[in-house]
Amino acid sequence: MTPPPGTLLAAEDLRKSYGPTVALDGAGFSIHPGEVVAVMGPSGSGKSTLLHCLAGIVPPDSGSIVYDGRELAGMSDTERSALRRSEFGFVFQFGQLVPELTCVENVALPLRLNGRPRKEAERAALAWMQRLEVDDLAAKRPGEVSGGQGQRVAVARALVTEPRVIFADEPTGALDSLNGERVMELLTEAARSANAAVVLVTHEARVAAYSDREIVVRDGRSRDMERAI
Amino acid sequence: MSIGHTLLGLLESGPRHGYDLKRAFDEKFGHDRPLHYGQVYSTMSRLLKHGLVEVDGIEAGGGPERKRYAITDAGVTDVERWLATPEKPEEYLQSTLYTKVVLALLTHRDAADILDVQRSEHLRSMRILTDRKRKGDLADQLVCDHALFHLEADLRWLELTAARLDKLRAEVTR
Repeated sequence: MTPPPGTLLAAEDLRKSYGPTVALDGAGFSIHPGEVVAVMGPSGSGKSTLLHCLAGIVPPDSGSIVYDGRELAGMSDTERSALRRSEFGFVFQFGQLVPELTCVENVALPLRLNGRPRKEAERAALAWMQRLEVDDLAAKRPGEVSGGQGQRVAVARALVTEPRVIFADEPTGALDSLNGERVMELLTEAARSANAAVVLVTHEARVAAYSDREIVVRDGRSRDMERAI
Repeated sequence: MSIGHTLLGLLESGPRHGYDLKRAFDEKFGHDRPLHYGQVYSTMSRLLKHGLVEVDGIEAGGGPERKRYAITDAGVTDVERWLATPEKPEEYLQSTLYTKVVLALLTHRDAADILDVQRSEHLRSMRILTDRKRKGDLADQLVCDHALFHLEADLRWLELTAARLDKLRAEVTR
């Protein structure tokens, strides 16, 4: 597949089954730098599987995924994990912070895994925590902060490597609406100013309203609503 | 709700007399507000004038003449266009949307498609409100939130309906 110029990440005709269960049945996707695309659809429609395939976490059975001109299927496992560590950022619903580390150590972790010295990594981590308005929690452990605060720490961690694509799977699913909205505001503002793309899986319309456009996944097939209207 | 389009949609399954149309309308859509005969006949004469229906036969009886109406090709196109056009997002639109969904099922069109297009139209409004909220003061935020919650309620109804389409199809086409 050759995606149109300017496309950062594109997928075509993705198919994925888990045993007899068909999760993706010819799904497609595309996103540009600085764009926020919501992936919507009912539970079990294949939204999360699509995100996992796009992020190179799960290989599709067939179909094509092209990131920045490179076919994901053509990369080795090592290349794919390097891509995930340096160019992709992840925010999930919960359970993503390491409980034994302080918040600043959690945010600095992706940089440390990429070989950055501790002091330098933590300085960068603190700058992101400031942007996400949680720098005062630097020395606390995840168990000592609220759900909304913990999620902002997780967003700071997803952004610290300055990724080009952020994958967010129900990032506000465990938060009340006020905290959820603040997380969405901060996440989308930070991503847009860094010209990063955000793939946002959500079933909540108020969260999807922070996106630029949406695709709908149903029965493993996707529909780009911008092109549909 | 557009009574004209609804009556036209009901005619798609075959020609009917005005009385039959009223009965079908009341049964499917007029639970709380049945149509008056006058409404049916004035609507039908308007549709006739615009070439969207034609008289398929006249039965002479003891009382007034009973006309049987059939939908024309232009009428089918008109229903098609109405179903495909998303409603302007506003409060209490469910009855129109409900009618569209049921008619789509009755006429073997893609009801899920109607819901997808409507969701997109709602999200378009929600994006504008979210952006206004982000840039505005607290008063703006509260005003926008009020509108957002109403739109969200519509969308929750829409998602629930989407999840129950198969069941609804079985019921309305019984």
